[in-house]
Amino acid sequence: MSTEQAIETYREGARISDVDALVVDGLSVYYETEGGTVKACDDVTFTLKQGERFALVGESGSGKTTLAMALMRLTRPPGHIAKGSVLLYGHDLTKLTDDEMRKARLSEIALVPQGAMNSLNPIMRIGKQVVDGLLDHLTDDQSTPGKEELDDTVRDLLTRVGLRPGVARLYPHELSGGMKQRVAMAIGISLQPKLIIADEPTSALDVVVQRQIMQTLGRLQEGLDASIMLVGHDMGLVAQFADTIGVMYAGKLVEVGPVEEVFSDPKHPYTKLLIGSLPSLQEKREFLGIPGLPPELVALPPGCAFADRCPSSFDRCSVDIPEKLNIGSRRDVACHLYEGEAQS
Amino acid sequence: MSTFLELDHVTKTFGSEGMFGNGMVTIAVDDVSLTIDEDEPSITTVAGESGSGKTTLSRLLLGSHVPTDGRMLYRGKDFTKLTSRERRNFRREIQPIFQDPFESYNPFYKVDHVLDAPIQNFKLASSDREKKRMIEDALEMVGLVPGETLGRFPHQLSGGQRQRVMVARALLLKPRVILADEPVSMVDASLRATILDSIRRLNRDLGISVVYVTHDLTTAYQISDNILIMYRGTIVEAGTVDEVIPNPQHPYTQLLIESIPQPDPKNRWGSEPPQQNWDTSDTQIAGCRFADRCPAVMDECRTTKPPQYLINEHQLTACFLHKDKGEMTNPDITSTFQTESETIKAVPAKI
Repeated sequence: MSTEQAIETYREGARISDVDALVVDGLSVYYETEGGTVKACDDVTFTLKQGERFALVGESGSGKTTLAMALMRLTRPPGHIAKGSVLLYGHDLTKLTDDEMRKARLSEIALVPQGAMNSLNPIMRIGKQVVDGLLDHLTDDQSTPGKEELDDTVRDLLTRVGLRPGVARLYPHELSGGMKQRVAMAIGISLQPKLIIADEPTSALDVVVQRQIMQTLGRLQEGLDASIMLVGHDMGLVAQFADTIGVMYAGKLVEVGPVEEVFSDPKHPYTKLLIGSLPSLQEKREFLGIPGLPPELVALPPGCAFADRCPSSFDRCSVDIPEKLNIGSRRDVACHLYEGEAQS
Repeated sequence: MSTFLELDHVTKTFGSEGMFGNGMVTIAVDDVSLTIDEDEPSITTVAGESGSGKTTLSRLLLGSHVPTDGRMLYRGKDFTKLTSRERRNFRREIQPIFQDPFESYNPFYKVDHVLDAPIQNFKLASSDREKKRMIEDALEMVGLVPGETLGRFPHQLSGGQRQRVMVARALLLKPRVILADEPVSMVDASLRATILDSIRRLNRDLGISVVYVTHDLTTAYQISDNILIMYRGTIVEAGTVDEVIPNPQHPYTQLLIESIPQPDPKNRWGSEPPQQNWDTSDTQIAGCRFADRCPAVMDECRTTKPPQYLINEHQLTACFLHKDKGEMTNPDITSTFQTESETIKAVPAKI
């Protein structure tokens, strides 16, 4: 492990510099519905360094995908970014015009979507889809590359994601799920983005393919010196892949910290239950689920949204919403239990 | 001992090499013999990656695929020769639970519909009052509160609740075997435990045998007694989970177990494993189908199909690394399995 790492990590080959790649500050995404305002993502703040792998975890409906889509500025009505800023290397993405944002997607910030099978065009050959975004992003003073040059680019991109060049001539239905996910990654890196957002990139795949895809994604990210935000709910995958973890619950980021620290010493009661409920290969034991269900986002309780499922809740939890507390180096938690430990 | 279902050297192939085929033949299930016994209910996991044949095997067991070769016997009788009454009985006694708890429902009907329909089809209740009681009992059995579940539309229930209603539906028919194909892979991790727990209770409390089809070896280890591992249609390893999971013998099982994302950031994956080659037709592979990805491949692996070797009385593997062990004499892989009462024993052949 290099001593220059801006963040401590056990990950081999990590190169995390002290440059802020992504600074998300107070980001809130609201949906206006007949039943009232749904705060799908509420006052979320975190920072990603260059080269860092950040994992955002949470149950279905916790707002993790809403957050990822907001970073890409792909929030659809009735949803809208209500507050906050998203700085990518100092440029506020929320202030860009639609046209500027369109250019920034793929070249600055790329999405590897969930379920690649649905994101590829079924009647277009793979080779054409891989360079489609690249051609769309040509500036006025750039001439369209010739066929040979494009073929070379396709071959290079497919090889980098671990596919044989012949795949370029195939249609999506001729590929396995893992191969399609690799194609989605090839498109994602085609313009060398600075930030890759991967939304459950392996949720439909089995363990060996999942491992191959995640390791390929990691290799690509390291090659580009890019940062990555992995969105998902598989804690095992997060432990294998990420440097930092952020836990979302009912639209709020309730805990952030280095992945080793959070797994060995989780602070928020929700994180504790999440880690405690993981089945293990080392020992057989009774299953521990988390009792209860997440609250409806339209009708959130007045205090902490987790209070009624929380084994450590006390009077204040159902009255005051807990603020984010800094309790160590890059370690935040939003829970009343830790008010004594907060560092300014 | 009475055998509920028996596969006798069953093979299922898709595609053809002939004039109209594209030359790609997939041997989805290759010469598999196994039995499901009803006196000794157990939970058996069928594990493997996409394309391993695990879903084809489960469809054979459900009677929705017909073997290309070999026979399936239901209570000792050839499946193709069943009378319509016997076939109807078969369809009641083995109940599937599918992967996607969203697609199993008609969104226009209340969830009551999936519970009413089987009772009416099989005429299980003589009065409305009895029907109501049966439905409520089944829901309570899987940990649901009837008052909070009935009368709702599918979209008003969580994914976990929907899947548990499906378990309750299967239960209404008083099946001997439940075949659950990836029942929790589309459900949030925090809700998986409750579903698996209700499946396990059916086995323990009601004596129903469960076939659990999955690629998730962690939950397989937690809930099942026995496991069989498939790779490209062949059973590469089988036995009790207590033997197979802690001491996997086949290089493919080892790769599967190593690849499980362990929730321990200090213990990360090793180097990236090789990809599967889908370009060869299964009939073009003379030897072991895993040979091209195997880190321990030997010459004979490419030319000869490895037989099943018995590692110990509760574990077998089809791999030449273990040819010093005795070959299986009984082709029925379930002879290595163990149930809580522990009566079946496998006998190794003399070397």
